[in-house]
Amino acid sequence: MGNTSSMLTQYDIEEVQEHCNNTFSQQEIVSLYQRFCQLDRNSGGFISADEFLSVPEFAVNLLSQRLFRMVDGLNFKEFVAFLSAFSSRATLQHKVEFIFKVYDFDGNGKVAFSDLLDVLRDLTGQFISEQQRELVLTHVLEEAGYKKDSLLVLSDFTKILGNTGLKMEVEIPVD
Amino acid sequence: MVMISQRNPLSSSTSKMSKLTTSSSELDLDRPNIEDYLPTDSIPQPHAKLRLRDLLDISPTLTEAAGAIVDDSFTRCFKSNPPEPWNWNIYLFPLWCLGVVVRYGILFPGRVLILTIGWIIFLSCYIPVHVLLKGHDKLRKRLERALVELICSFFVASWTGVVKYHGPRPCARPKQVFVANHTSMIDFIVLEQMTAFAVIMQKHPGWVGLLQSTILESVGCIWFNRSEAKDREIVARKLREHVEGYDNNPLLIFPEGTCVNNHYTVMFKKGAFELGATVCPIAIKYNKIFVDAFWNSRKQSFTTHLLQLMTSWAVVCDVWYLEPQNMKPGETAIAFAERVRGIISARAGLKMVPWDGYLKYSRPSPKHRESKQKSFAESVLLRLEEK
Repeated sequence: MGNTSSMLTQYDIEEVQEHCNNTFSQQEIVSLYQRFCQLDRNSGGFISADEFLSVPEFAVNLLSQRLFRMVDGLNFKEFVAFLSAFSSRATLQHKVEFIFKVYDFDGNGKVAFSDLLDVLRDLTGQFISEQQRELVLTHVLEEAGYKKDSLLVLSDFTKILGNTGLKMEVEIPVD
Repeated sequence: MVMISQRNPLSSSTSKMSKLTTSSSELDLDRPNIEDYLPTDSIPQPHAKLRLRDLLDISPTLTEAAGAIVDDSFTRCFKSNPPEPWNWNIYLFPLWCLGVVVRYGILFPGRVLILTIGWIIFLSCYIPVHVLLKGHDKLRKRLERALVELICSFFVASWTGVVKYHGPRPCARPKQVFVANHTSMIDFIVLEQMTAFAVIMQKHPGWVGLLQSTILESVGCIWFNRSEAKDREIVARKLREHVEGYDNNPLLIFPEGTCVNNHYTVMFKKGAFELGATVCPIAIKYNKIFVDAFWNSRKQSFTTHLLQLMTSWAVVCDVWYLEPQNMKPGETAIAFAERVRGIISARAGLKMVPWDGYLKYSRPSPKHRESKQKSFAESVLLRLEEK
């Protein structure tokens, strides 16, 4: 796909749409492309760390580092697929999978206690001691029927998050 | 369910783009601190017991991040919107070509000529006045002021500036400061042709810097360097001295600190508002009918920007001199700044955005992340106690 050109052809749009399982409309894909080009200031075909962090709203987000590592170096097609979890047309399962991927840092399909601890650390910083964090996590895990050394898989996440009415949607501005 | 925030106030207010009422409702809320704009845990938490689900559900944070990736109000402030092409028709296209020929071939040389004549007149008057009248300070200052206004008029004529001034003309009185929204360095020239202001500016390199250190010094301009933190105290002191002096030219400050695209205003820096002086707001709005006057300093140098203006038909803008404002009793400098920003934005039809313009050059401070972390941590601990 012509990442360096500033115009998308109908073929390109359809390819991207297929890649993201039709979670975005064609108009939304065009808007996302404009945004991608706007962020990718040096037209490298992907958005670099500096370019992402120049968006202050993203830079102050607590999980920006994790998200950035997931989205680093993606070309436009993959960028749209990454954002597809936030579409209103995305299924609940898709959203749960996305959350799982954020936790499963090394991508081995299992989320360990240390992964849970890492995310909790990002969210709470220095305002909870490391010991307290471990205690909190152990407590809620045991209450839910898991042990401290259990490895959570995607189906566990689906079970835990599946029926909570997950709200994870972003509206793509369409001019 | 533990929520870091129920909604992102930024995306909800800026998604309704067409209404000016959004900016006045932000004004009503009178938020002085940037921390208050960013989503924090200000909503009372349902004190339910903490469950695993609550810790695993990071969807609010993720949604905010994705929202920022997809569209953010800060980048929007600095986007130069290209004009719609109108010459795509069989008879409009030759007309447009003719226009290009006229603009580049006739208007541009004419304007360069006018500007050159203006500079010759200016320098031939300014240098003698500056050198010979060294003893007669009052007369010299008056003449220099008139000459600076003259050369600015020549500049404005060189882009066929059609400027409409509304409101009472500024007068030179002590204890007053003028503030305006900032779109390009030509803002200064447009305002200067009517009144010889002393302005506070970033020191620029090149020919602009040369002009700054010679001619603009005589009108009493103050320089600063964005990148030097110590500079701030020195500048604050100079500002105060200038404002309190009797014979100084009225001081003009652009509190945004950077050029914004004339559709939005970013947060005003409080420096101008804590001098104990009356603040006279000035609103400037450019009409993009012939050319977009926004100087996108990331995309073009000032010289290119000027050339672009000189090869377009005209630069049309409105300048409103608004009612002078004083700090209300009990109002902080930041609240005062935001209030004046609201007045200027309402007059010029600009949307207010809660970001610091300097984020163009640096990252947000870690304070914002820390306050979010703190509120999440507190709610986790609190809910843990619940039985």
